[in-house]
Amino acid sequence: MRLEPIANPSLARTILPPMIAIATTVVVASLLAMLAGANPFAVLGLIIKGAFGSKFAVLETLNRATPLIFTGLSVAVAFRARLWNIGAEAQLYAGALITVVLGTGALPWGAGALLPTLVLAAMLAGAVVLLVPALLKVRFGVDEVVTTLLFNFIFLLFVSMLLEGPLKDPMGMGWPKSERLITEARLPRMMEGLRLHWGFGLAIISAALVWVIQRRTTLGYEMRAVGLNRDAARFAGIAVNGVLIRTALLSGGLAALAGFSEVAGVKGSLTLDLSPGFGYTGIIVAMLALLNPLAVVAAALFVAGIFVGADSMSRAVGVPTYLADIMLATALLLMVLAILLTRFRVVRE
Amino acid sequence: MTGAEAAQVVLRLDRITKTFGKLVANDAVSLSLHRGEVIALLGENGAGKTTLMNILFGQYTADSGAVEVFGKALPPGNPRAALDAGVGMVHQHFTLADNMTVLENVALGTVPLWQPRLDPAAVRARITKLADDFRLSVDPEARVGTLTVGERQRVEILKALYREAKILILDEPTAVLTPQETDDLFATLRKAVALGLSIVFISHKLHEVMDISDRVVILRHGRLVAEMATRDTDRHALAAAMVGAEVNAPKVSPATPGAALLQLRDVSTPDQGNAPGLKRATLHLRAGQITGLAGVSGNGQAALADLIGGLTAPDAGQLDLDGVGLAQWSPRIAVQSGIARIPEDRHKTGTIADFTLTENAILESYHKPPMSRRGWMNWARAETATQEIIECYDVRCPGPETRIRLLSGGNMQKLILGRVLEAAPRIILANQPVRGLDIGAVNYVHSQLLAARARGAAVLLISEDLDEIMALSDVIHVISEGRLSPEFARGSMTPAELGVWMAGHGFERDEVAHAS
Repeated sequence: MRLEPIANPSLARTILPPMIAIATTVVVASLLAMLAGANPFAVLGLIIKGAFGSKFAVLETLNRATPLIFTGLSVAVAFRARLWNIGAEAQLYAGALITVVLGTGALPWGAGALLPTLVLAAMLAGAVVLLVPALLKVRFGVDEVVTTLLFNFIFLLFVSMLLEGPLKDPMGMGWPKSERLITEARLPRMMEGLRLHWGFGLAIISAALVWVIQRRTTLGYEMRAVGLNRDAARFAGIAVNGVLIRTALLSGGLAALAGFSEVAGVKGSLTLDLSPGFGYTGIIVAMLALLNPLAVVAAALFVAGIFVGADSMSRAVGVPTYLADIMLATALLLMVLAILLTRFRVVRE
Repeated sequence: MTGAEAAQVVLRLDRITKTFGKLVANDAVSLSLHRGEVIALLGENGAGKTTLMNILFGQYTADSGAVEVFGKALPPGNPRAALDAGVGMVHQHFTLADNMTVLENVALGTVPLWQPRLDPAAVRARITKLADDFRLSVDPEARVGTLTVGERQRVEILKALYREAKILILDEPTAVLTPQETDDLFATLRKAVALGLSIVFISHKLHEVMDISDRVVILRHGRLVAEMATRDTDRHALAAAMVGAEVNAPKVSPATPGAALLQLRDVSTPDQGNAPGLKRATLHLRAGQITGLAGVSGNGQAALADLIGGLTAPDAGQLDLDGVGLAQWSPRIAVQSGIARIPEDRHKTGTIADFTLTENAILESYHKPPMSRRGWMNWARAETATQEIIECYDVRCPGPETRIRLLSGGNMQKLILGRVLEAAPRIILANQPVRGLDIGAVNYVHSQLLAARARGAAVLLISEDLDEIMALSDVIHVISEGRLSPEFARGSMTPAELGVWMAGHGFERDEVAHAS
C-alpha cells in the first residue's frame, strides 16, 4: 500500500472524509455511552443542549472557548512556520503570572491605561518564554518539541514556588493562591447583564489580526514559506532564523493572552488550576482548524462545546465527563486521517 | 537469421503496462533479450526506462503484462524471486553499506540468518576469482566508504555476479563516471558478454549506446517506439527516434567577452559532509561569455554554486564583484548584486511546491516595492507580474493561482527563468538547468542562456553532461574534489582530455606548488 497525491481533488474528495470522521466520532461516543448504560441518543442530545441549548449554555461555551482560541492561534501560528511549540501551557501561565504581578496594585492606574498595559506585558512575558527554546533551536539545533514540552513542567513548578512564596495571598487562608486583581485590572463584560467578558472579544480580534498578518504582510508570507520549504526559503534570501524567532514571539504572546484573559476575565487571581490543559488542547484546536486562524475560532467553539455539553450531560445522566476527552481524541485522530485522504489516495501495490 | 537471433531467449517482457495516477509510465512494452546480448534501453528522462526495469526486478508491480526469465514466469513484485532467477540490477544510486568492507557488502544477504558467521576465506576466494574473470579490480578488504564512485560501481556489479546473475541490468551506469572509468566499465561488460551473460544497459548517451550495444530499444513517453540493430543505425537516427524529431545542436557564435564581473581568487569553502568544499579556486566570469563547469557530480559543484548563490561565504580567499571585494554575502545580497540563480534542484530549492505560481514568482522580490511596501504585500501587483512571466516565458498552466506542484518540470523551470531573468541580471548561475527536461524545454533554456550572453551577461553553466558543456561554453573549467582546473578555450580540449582532468589528474603540480 502506498499513498499517491491527487492533483485536483474533487469537491466530494474534499468534503466527504471530514464528514465521515465526525460521523464516526459520534458513533464511537454513542457506543461508549451505551457501555456506560445510557441511551446514546439522549446522551448526544444532552451534550448538544448543554453546549448550545440555552443562552446560559451558549455563554458558558463562549467563555470556555476564549482561552482555547488564544492557545489555538498560538499553535497555529507556530506550526504554520514548522516551529513545533508544545509549550503554550507555560506561555499561558507566564501571561497569567505577569497579570497578577502588575494587576494586584503594583500599577495603581485606571482601567483605560492598566488593561492595555497588562495585555502588552502578558504578551511580552509569553514571548520571552518561547524565545528561549527558539534561540536554542536556531543557535544549537536543540529540538523545540522537547524543550517547549519540558518547559511546561518547569514553569508550572516555578509558578507553584511563587504562589507558596512571594506571591502568596496573606489573606488566602494558607491556600497557594495569589492576591486578587484590583477592579481596574478586571476585564469588563462585553454587554450589560451577559456573563461574557471582553477576553472573548480580544480573542476574536486576535484571530482576525493573525489572519491579516498571514495573508497580507511580508512577515506572514515569510512564515508560510519557511513552514512549507525551509531550503527554498533560505535559497530565496529569507532569513529563516529571524522568521522563526519572530514567529516564536508572536506565538508565545498569543498563548500568554489566554492566561491574562482567564485571570482578568474569569478567576480574578492566579492558582495552579488556572488551566486544565488549555495549552495542550490548543494543539487539538489548531489541528482541527488546519492551522487557519479564522477556523481556529470555529474549532475552539466546537471543542469548548463538547466539554461544556459533556459536563451538563454528566450531571443529568451520570455518564462520566471523560466521554468528552475520548470524543475529542477520536475526532482529532480521525480528522488527521481524513485530511490525509482529501489529498492522497491509497493505492494497493 | 543471424546468430544472435538464433540464440536462447533469456528474458521476455510481454506487454508491460504501468500507470502512476494519470501518467502512463509504460504502455504495453514488449521486449526480449538473448543470451550474450547487450540491449541498450534508450530514452529521454521520464521516458519510462527505469520504471520498466524496476518492474522486471520486482520493485514495482505492473498493471498488466508478464515477465519471463529463462522461460519461467516471474512472480510480480518480488525482488527476491528476480534475484533467484538470475537477474542482477545495478542501480543509479548505489545500495551499499559505507561502513562495511567490500567483502561484507558482497556477502550481505547471501548468508542465511542462522549461520553464525560467514567464512571470509571462501568469500574472498570467490570475489578474487570473479574480479579476475571480469576485470573488476577492487580490494575486498577496503571499506566501501573510502572507495571512489567507479570502484563502488564495481562492487555493485560484483554483488550481482556473486549471486550468479545471468542477466545484468545497469541503470545509467555512466552518469557518475569519468570517460576513462566508462572505458573500464565497458571492458568489463564485454568480458561478461563473452562469458555468456546478457545485459540491459539503460542510458541516454548516444555514443555509449553505439559503442556497447548489439541492439537498441527506444522508449518515448512510455511506449516502445523503435527497435533496431546497432550496426544498422547511427547517432542521428537514434536521437531522432528518441525525441521524435531531428535534433539540432544550438548554433553558438563566437563570444565577445568583456570585463570580469565576478571573480574568485584562491577561494576555499568548508566541506559539507561528503561533498568537498572549494580548494583555492580561481575563476573569472566575464561579461558576454558562457563559462562551463565540467566534472563528475559531487566534486564541489554544489560548493561553487552555494558560494556564488550567496548561501556560503568564503573561508579563505576573495570574492570580487566588479573588481571590488565583498564585505557581506547572503542570498539576498547576491540577488541584489544582479546574480540570477537557477538552482540545481527546482523542487527542493527552486520552488515551494504548495505555493501558487504568484507566490513562487515573487520569492526573491517580495520584500521590496512594488511587491510590498512597509511590510504590506501588494498581491495585485504580484499577480500582474506573474501573469507577465507566464506569457513571456510560455509557462503552460491554468493560471497564476495554481499551486506550482501541479506543473511539469519544464514549466516549473520556465517560471524560475522568468523570476530570475525579469530583473535583467548581469551574472547568471545556471546549475544543471536542463536536468530532467524534455528536448523542447532544453532548447528553450539554452536559447535563453545564449540570449543573456548576447545581452552581455556573464553565465556560469554547471552541468554533468559534457556534451552540453562543450556545445554551449566559450571557456571551460573542470572541477575535481573542489579544485578548479585552469580555463580552457572552446575547442582546445577533446572530451578525453577533459576526462583526464575530471578524474583528478593534472592538478598534482598545483598542489605541490601550494604545499608551502
